[in-house]
Amino acid sequence: MAERRDTGKATRAATRATGEGAAPVRLAVRKTYKLYLGGAFPRSESGRSYPVTSADGRHLANAALASRKDARDAVATARKAFGGWSARTAYNRGQILYRVAEMMEGRRDQFAAQAVAAQGLSADEADRVVSAAIDRWVYYAGWTDKVAQVIGGANPVAGPYYNHSAPEPTGVVVVFAPPNAPLLGLTSVIAPVIATGNTTVVVASEKAPLAAIDLAEVLATSDLPGGVVNLLTGRVPELGPHLAAHADVDALDLTGAGEAAVEFEKAAAATLTRVLRPTPEADGGEEAWLDPDPGTSRMTPFLETKTVWHPIGT
Amino acid sequence: MIFEYAPAPESRSVVTLRETYELFVDGAFTPAESGEHLTVVNPADESELARVAVAGAADVDKAVTAARRAYDTVWSRMPGAERGKYLFRIARILQERSRELAVLESMDNGKPIKETRDVDLPLVAAHFFYYAGWADKLAHAGLGPDPRPLGVAAQVIPWNFPLLMLAWKIAPALATGNTVVLKPAETTPLTALAFAEICQEAELPPGVVNILTGAGETGRALVEHPGTDKVAFTGSTEVGRQIARAVAGTDKRATLELGGKGANIVYDDAAIDQAVEGIVSGIFFNQGHVCCAGSRLLVQESIAEELLPLLKTRISRLRLGDPLDKNTDIGAINSAEQLERIRELTDTGEAEGAERWSPVCDLPGSGYWFAPTILTGVSQAHRVAREEIFGPVLSVLTFRTPEEAVAKANNTPYGLSAGVWTEKGSRMLWTAERLRAGVVWSNTFNKFDPTSPFGGYKESGYGREGGRHGLEAYLG
Amino acid sequence: MPVPHTAFAPEAMSNRSLRAFLHGFPGVDEVGARARAQDLSTRSIKTTAKAEAIDLAIRMVDLTTLEGADTPGKVRSLCAKAVGPDPADRTVPRVGAVCVYPDMVATAVEALRGTGVAVASVATAFPSGRAPMEAKLADTRRAVADGAGEIDMVIDRGAFLSGDYLKVFEEIVAIKEACGAAHLKVILETGELATYDNVRRASHLAIRAGADFVKTSTGKVSPAATLPVTLVMLEAVRDHHAATGRRVGVKPAGGIRTTKDAIRNLVLVNEVVGPDWLTPALFRIGASSLLNDLLMQRTRLSTGTYPGPDYYTLD
Repeated sequence: MAERRDTGKATRAATRATGEGAAPVRLAVRKTYKLYLGGAFPRSESGRSYPVTSADGRHLANAALASRKDARDAVATARKAFGGWSARTAYNRGQILYRVAEMMEGRRDQFAAQAVAAQGLSADEADRVVSAAIDRWVYYAGWTDKVAQVIGGANPVAGPYYNHSAPEPTGVVVVFAPPNAPLLGLTSVIAPVIATGNTTVVVASEKAPLAAIDLAEVLATSDLPGGVVNLLTGRVPELGPHLAAHADVDALDLTGAGEAAVEFEKAAAATLTRVLRPTPEADGGEEAWLDPDPGTSRMTPFLETKTVWHPIGT
Repeated sequence: MIFEYAPAPESRSVVTLRETYELFVDGAFTPAESGEHLTVVNPADESELARVAVAGAADVDKAVTAARRAYDTVWSRMPGAERGKYLFRIARILQERSRELAVLESMDNGKPIKETRDVDLPLVAAHFFYYAGWADKLAHAGLGPDPRPLGVAAQVIPWNFPLLMLAWKIAPALATGNTVVLKPAETTPLTALAFAEICQEAELPPGVVNILTGAGETGRALVEHPGTDKVAFTGSTEVGRQIARAVAGTDKRATLELGGKGANIVYDDAAIDQAVEGIVSGIFFNQGHVCCAGSRLLVQESIAEELLPLLKTRISRLRLGDPLDKNTDIGAINSAEQLERIRELTDTGEAEGAERWSPVCDLPGSGYWFAPTILTGVSQAHRVAREEIFGPVLSVLTFRTPEEAVAKANNTPYGLSAGVWTEKGSRMLWTAERLRAGVVWSNTFNKFDPTSPFGGYKESGYGREGGRHGLEAYLG
Repeated sequence: MPVPHTAFAPEAMSNRSLRAFLHGFPGVDEVGARARAQDLSTRSIKTTAKAEAIDLAIRMVDLTTLEGADTPGKVRSLCAKAVGPDPADRTVPRVGAVCVYPDMVATAVEALRGTGVAVASVATAFPSGRAPMEAKLADTRRAVADGAGEIDMVIDRGAFLSGDYLKVFEEIVAIKEACGAAHLKVILETGELATYDNVRRASHLAIRAGADFVKTSTGKVSPAATLPVTLVMLEAVRDHHAATGRRVGVKPAGGIRTTKDAIRNLVLVNEVVGPDWLTPALFRIGASSLLNDLLMQRTRLSTGTYPGPDYYTLD
């Protein structure tokens, strides 16, 4: 894919004003796809973008081509948001995740159209994928206040001590989103990470990044605090090494890291960053992510168990 | 009148040492292909205890092959209840031989018999008992309806709790149906070799447990051997990083239990005498050779002047000397190398402006010894507040508010343990919730239990040992 | 330790000011205190140290008989035992004191004249303390008048537990005054105070009111002198000494029956408050059957053979 410099907003808007079908009665207002950082939608600080095409090769839009510095800013903003998000009650996080589902439901036509355009899905397939993505938010909304009970609990130590273990979010998780499942796959990797109180920097599917920005628009209007999810569009080989080696990143989801996964895992070793290796569905399309009950497997890799002791006495 | 305690040495006669120990591979003691040996000394007097074989690449290969065969043909196929019975049997033998093992551990490691007898050995047996009971209940562990073992586990353990760390590694691995190749630390291999004898005594099928002695190279060869499915390591963060790199690109799973720089936060309303005890056990237990040691005391400024004299008086009453004396509180530093590191870092602390204090304390003429030491006036910027000393050296810092205490406690790349001392329940929970550490001891310190998960955040490693959580590291 | 606390002298004494004073002390964590006592009880005292400890413990014994069935004859024979614990071995030291009921003081004083063994008397309606103040004062004055050099009073636990610290305080002050030159040991009856926080507060209350010794128990309530209770009381006298320079003694009483128990107490003294307190002037053990066990262990150490109880006098 070619990379371009942003040479002038006005020219670009004018030259891309035509496209689908017959001459419109009125000129459609197109969307500028930008990054999603700290709750705002900035362009890449590099001023770069790259063209995104549909499954059959038509030009769809230009996406921001995030730079190393954008990645650095994203980590900083995710770190800043971590304290507040992780301190929210699990109930509140559940409410917000459910709100995301509500907002997506209201925009399902947009997501379906995007899935048809970007992935070449049939209308039925697109509908199924969008439904599953919405339901995934509902699924994890329900997990927020249960996971601690399922994987934590009291430990019967042999002594006069109260002792319990509870999961806590790991911190800032960098997610390399699945390359071929830009909506359901993306949702399936983001939702479990933030459900438990982590904040995240997501590198969207390079070839199909538009659904990610559509999702970001939903997140931005769902009471999700800015900085909890930060979305970068761009190239894994360019952004990945910096994110993987970043000392303030606590964990990596390498699902969409492709061939670079091993290199990233090695880089992560320098600061003992937690790593979730690519899972079997990593390279699959949306259909690989349809299982309605993925369980805790995508939450536990980004949780730390804290065990607290206290004496029992008068 | 002054009443001096007469020497009360535990008898060494319960221990019978061989002159030379070979590798334990496939159920038998086998000479190393390398033909090399290393000498194990008693750190309390530098006397030679035994010579042990050094496993080379060929020996690692043999052990992994034996473990694989045992996994394929026996252990992974055995009903969980039967595996559990082997572990119960081992636990019982450990109890029966606990005095012998405690004495041996003190001789090999330098830690006081009081600790090996009252802490290490009871926990070792308890750990096997605990995981023995899991062997036929894995479907109830919340890890899926039919969790499967991973295969062969490569396990490398440190010298600070030699037999206890062996128990933490071997018990869950075996309970879940894995077989193991374990390498004890270079300076403390003897109880692991005694454990090998216990495996024979328990008639554990050959190859289920293999013990390879040696130094760093042996460990590296084991960790990097392509025939294993799992690496479990306890030790330094530096080696942990290397292992994390080494397993990248393989299918191996890794759990790492690494360094720490634990903060022990004492609020002004603490039960002060118990806090003093907790500070002392936090840093002087096992000569401070504890990854979860409370090596940074964070004391609220308003009681620092009150607390420090009490702490110093208490430290003055610690009895340093012969590890086998039942009244010894502080034993020997495990090795000359470790002693050098402690000296170097403590000197650095002093050079950086900290005030150094130790009680009047006669150190024995031979062996490796370091007097209990406090460094006051330490700031977060000092090396001694950031680097793990792994010795009996406490850095004292102060704070003014709970927010400051938590911020300072968390201001480290490590995240293994922390302590909180306050009589106010809500403040305890507030603090515990904010500490980024895998274990938080409130109004106590350095407590361990087989049911209680242990492990760190951040650069203190990943994975948990102990409890139901400890099974996860060995099941796929 | 708590210099700021003990240095604060309640000016106008009231329940409120006493409460502020007593509740200003740091709490005691029960599990931690027990663990510390347990840890110290694993000290292994052997050979020369043990011999030294046994003789010291004998000198610290307040040889006690506090029975309704006590008679002058019983008291006299106890006094004989106090002076010469082992008729077969004159190297055995005398005990610290003989402790009796007030009406037996005269008998004991007579029996112990010139021996150097003190007479201690319980007083203030021992063991319950449930009597009018006039009776408690009369009880005390009579014992002192009859020659008791030491008075073991009980505090009003009911008042303490109901928060009437002032009543407890004023009673101790009044009894102390009635004691004149006699030493006052204040029995807290820790088994009824129930918590270590209360033990610490009651210790400081008694010390502040003028106690020369704080004593754990009457021996009539269980639990009596446990190691953690003694530990907490030793911490109180240690802290009071650090704050004021005044040395107050400690007397565990009740339940200390074996040499091992006694030595554990000495280890506690040695490591909590320091060797300065290893003297009968600052540490006593209230006991009766303990003495014979100390004697048996003493023999065992010097002869190497295990003795039997029939070789020691009952009283």
